[in-house]
Amino acid sequence: MGEALLKNEERALFALRQLYRAYGYQPYKMSKFEEYDLYLRNKDFLVSDRIIAFTDTNGRLMALKPDVTLSIIKNTEDSSSEKRKVYYNENVYRVSPRTGHYKEILQTGLECIGSIDLYDLYETVLLAAKSLAAISEDFVLDISHLGILNAILESIGGDSAWKRGVTECIASKNRHDLKKLCEGLPADQTERLCSLIGIYGDGATVLPQLEALCEGETAKAALEELRALNGLLQGSPLASRIRFDFSIVNHMSYYNGIVFRGFLAGISEGVLSGGRYDKLLRRMGKEGGAVGFALYLDLLEELSSNRSDFDVDALVLYSDSTPIEELTEVVDRLTAAGECVSVQKTIPQKLRYRRLVELGKGAEQ
Amino acid sequence: MINVALPKGRLGEKVYAMFEAAGYECPSIKENNRKLIFENPEAGVRYFWVKPSDVSIYVERGAADVGVAGKDILLEYEPDVYELLDLNLGKCRMAVAAKKDFRDRGDRTLKVATKFPNIAGRYYASIGRDIDIIKLNGSIEIAPILGLSDVIVDIVETGTTLKENDLEVKATVIPISARFIVNKSSFRFKTAEIERMTEKMKEQVKFND
Repeated sequence: MGEALLKNEERALFALRQLYRAYGYQPYKMSKFEEYDLYLRNKDFLVSDRIIAFTDTNGRLMALKPDVTLSIIKNTEDSSSEKRKVYYNENVYRVSPRTGHYKEILQTGLECIGSIDLYDLYETVLLAAKSLAAISEDFVLDISHLGILNAILESIGGDSAWKRGVTECIASKNRHDLKKLCEGLPADQTERLCSLIGIYGDGATVLPQLEALCEGETAKAALEELRALNGLLQGSPLASRIRFDFSIVNHMSYYNGIVFRGFLAGISEGVLSGGRYDKLLRRMGKEGGAVGFALYLDLLEELSSNRSDFDVDALVLYSDSTPIEELTEVVDRLTAAGECVSVQKTIPQKLRYRRLVELGKGAEQ
Repeated sequence: MINVALPKGRLGEKVYAMFEAAGYECPSIKENNRKLIFENPEAGVRYFWVKPSDVSIYVERGAADVGVAGKDILLEYEPDVYELLDLNLGKCRMAVAAKKDFRDRGDRTLKVATKFPNIAGRYYASIGRDIDIIKLNGSIEIAPILGLSDVIVDIVETGTTLKENDLEVKATVIPISARFIVNKSSFRFKTAEIERMTEKMKEQVKFND
């Protein structure tokens, strides 16, 4: 028994808390409610703009929080010289895109806010990989850099609707529709966008391919950052699980720089999402940078756990004539031996038990 | 082993023929029996037939690693999947149709009957037209004839049904064809297998022009 009693998400929560504490992240606890206005102003940052809102007793419009990051930033002092590192486990309330209904989602994650440099990027990506590894060794962490896509889009120009169309095509690795969108563009620009879709793999394969795509200072700086990050990550035993994939395009008006997403074998969608979001800080009137990620623990239910064929080991059946001392003595003996026991007067219809202990009849079957 | 969700019907049969020609044959699929799942371990593939509009659900939720779905379904339900290839099969278009003598003067809310409220809604929003969507599940063509709606937004293949009912296409919303879609998680854990399948299917697409 012991640890076997824990559900996947409970075990993960415990392991992750230890991990984040080891790197000096402080726990961050927040209220379930936040002023609605915060989300209204930043609704593009949210996965869904539908929020559960209600009027507080003082007449203010409040919301059941759909997100943790916005609150953390709002409540973090602006500093361009220091770094604040926090982690959280919180429930958030969002509309599930699959069902169209509100859902409570258990999220854990961390944020590093302040003067961000290469080390912080490395630490965050490493912690993301370690977080996934703590749940299952069969994971993949894919990293992208929005600086590269941004630089290519800037060099082409085009209105925001066109850019959105291109970004959607890249996010769904849709080369055929991207080509249609690029009709009329010079062939080399179309080719550059299209080849971004095909790039997938580890640093050794991907980084040389990127070389040809990165023209101009911003793109080159982005590539340099990826290269440096890849170099640092090679020192970790988890390096073989980390790949580069440019279909990861978090919202570009909030995120800049590296973005990443984590997957676990057996779960049909990404369980971890994160990146660098200096732009969000700017929008909220703050200096400095920020990087962080969130893990959706509710998805871990999809992971198979070793489910037992039985609900209990022993079903102890007694009757009105059973001496109570005999009953307590049997239960004490069985539980002391590590067995899981259900004491009943009649056999419950749906209970699956390994063996039956019938008292008062003198025989244990 | 790659799980493939195929759309039931004529399109699905053509799609299977493509898979077969690409080296993913599964002879048992052609036997006339009541089996639901067909497997060929040597080719590393397992097929199952599902309702065409359900393919994207199977793929999005990972019950199938890959599948083939019409662009109409992908635009309507917006599943979170990769769309790796345009198979150039099942070509048709999403169009606005109405009675021949109908003219949209734009002076009142346009009543639109459709099976695709998302696509219709987005299309009319993009041209700034105020509409009232009437969601139907079939026999869309009858709506304008009975005055239930002014126009319909539906898939038009040859236009024969429209013609026979004195309707005509007024505008094309978007061209439609079958797409090869992939689950985002499967793509990461079966990368080599899926990339190989994509390449081989891509070679077959040429024959569909």
